[in-house]
Amino acid sequence: MLNNSGTDGGAGPQYEFLPNADTAVTVQFKREISKEVNRYVTALADIIAGGGIDGIIETVPTFTSLTVFYDCSVIRAAELREKLAEIIKTMSSGESGSAKVYHIPVCYDEKFALDMNNVCEHTGLTAEEIIKIHTSSPYLIYMLGFLPGFAYLGGLDERIATPRLKSPRLEIFEGAVGIGGNQTGIYPIASPGGWQLIGKTPVKVFDLKREKPILYEAGDYIEFYPVTLEEYNEIEKQIENGGFEVKVTEVRDA
Amino acid sequence: MLEIITGGALSTVQDAGRFGSMKNGFTQSGVMDPHAAKTANALLKNDPGAPVIEMTMKGLTAWFTSETFFCLSGGVFKAKLNDMPVNNNTVYKADKNDIISVGNAISGMRCYLAVSGGFSVPAVMGSASTNLKIGAGGYEGRKLRTYDKIDYPAPAGNPEGRSAEIPLYGSDTILIRAVPGPQSDMFDEETLGRFYGEIYTVTSDLDRMGIRLEGPELKGISGNDIISDGIVFGSVQIPNSGKPIILMADHQTTGGYAKIATVASSDLPKLAQAKPGNKIRFSRITVEEAEELAIKKKKYIEDLLNS
Repeated sequence: MLNNSGTDGGAGPQYEFLPNADTAVTVQFKREISKEVNRYVTALADIIAGGGIDGIIETVPTFTSLTVFYDCSVIRAAELREKLAEIIKTMSSGESGSAKVYHIPVCYDEKFALDMNNVCEHTGLTAEEIIKIHTSSPYLIYMLGFLPGFAYLGGLDERIATPRLKSPRLEIFEGAVGIGGNQTGIYPIASPGGWQLIGKTPVKVFDLKREKPILYEAGDYIEFYPVTLEEYNEIEKQIENGGFEVKVTEVRDA
Repeated sequence: MLEIITGGALSTVQDAGRFGSMKNGFTQSGVMDPHAAKTANALLKNDPGAPVIEMTMKGLTAWFTSETFFCLSGGVFKAKLNDMPVNNNTVYKADKNDIISVGNAISGMRCYLAVSGGFSVPAVMGSASTNLKIGAGGYEGRKLRTYDKIDYPAPAGNPEGRSAEIPLYGSDTILIRAVPGPQSDMFDEETLGRFYGEIYTVTSDLDRMGIRLEGPELKGISGNDIISDGIVFGSVQIPNSGKPIILMADHQTTGGYAKIATVASSDLPKLAQAKPGNKIRFSRITVEEAEELAIKKKKYIEDLLNS
């Protein structure tokens, strides 16, 4: 039920405000994991980041909602809700800006692809076919969470979707690329986890030494491309010497 | 410099928190008991968010290699400067080579050590707070131990003797004021009545990430799963076990369980100081009331700073 839905004037997307005591207001859009709904979330985050509302501390975009943290000694929730409502009213579904695509090299060598056999068995495809499908199109970053820089990616081809491991690994290595159900992603730091590992990227998606410690943000895209073990080692060396830059392209986000 | 002789159970450098990076999946970190840390800083005439050392259960022993003023606040721990007993919420002068020793907790869980000007550690993503999970921020991204040396600036004024009243962390039932949460409508009235009416017990499953409670089970009308959304310091999450978890300073940024309530920020210090076995009762208030409480607390700190 969307209490504050913008149905009265037909303007703007459906949404409602959810309370988080005196700390944050969550703008909940339609509860549906889709590009369309998620675009409202990241677009609202961008507008807020552009300034204009005093007292907002930061925002956290997720699949279908944006949590807006505020300082109640500067702005009260009631006023914040009014100002957010004004902004949301002006948002239209036809809106689409340009988005960044980060091209991430992945080595699918058996050295890293610890669970490729599971994925082959489950999907009935060969490793070559799986790699081809996995690298065939860009994935939208719906949100970051769980770990610093862990991107929830949408758009995995159903043909290579594979259930998680029955018992999770106690430690998955940094840079691991895996499939978990109908999702795919990169482990930015070593962590326990249950995804089927099919490769590893030499790129440090999380690096505190960088001015921007996390490479990408919600609303961007990730596209994987395959590299051989030799190329992997070469890129890793280049990264150590600061001589590798991740290729970034712009696309019209239609 | 503060040279650590023994680090205690879990002593970390923390400030008011790391803000602006939650969208990238970094927890906010920061002190668990903001009111105590701000009180110590205000008494020292520091910025209320200046970096302090948060000690847990058992404090540290350390020597001051140069003169400064210091203040302890929060949980009451057995503490001495050389042989002199030290009280919370009072500013003392430490001379070169003085030794501070903070022992076991007498009441509460967390005690804060603040010095004039605050502890100096390199800022990581704009904050001095320690993030233990990624091993970054604070002092080398970890808890303090023997031989660590933490800088502090030369004191600018003389706040010696400034003091404030000491809040008590009693053994009676702790009243926690909370606002219905973002998913409170996933629970029926009877379940909500149980949450706000019955007594919960703090379990030993408690750390900087969260506090697991024992008590009546709570089930959502159609389960407790949601599409992951944002979490705040104080979110009360109901996992599938039905037993509430209160998410604290090191909370994950997002989560997939229904949040029945959010603790008013004014009452987070009571939770930061709660021990296993303590009883908790939630009382329902509105967003506006929670805001009034927060503003009142902020005013108290401002008045203390300017007194």
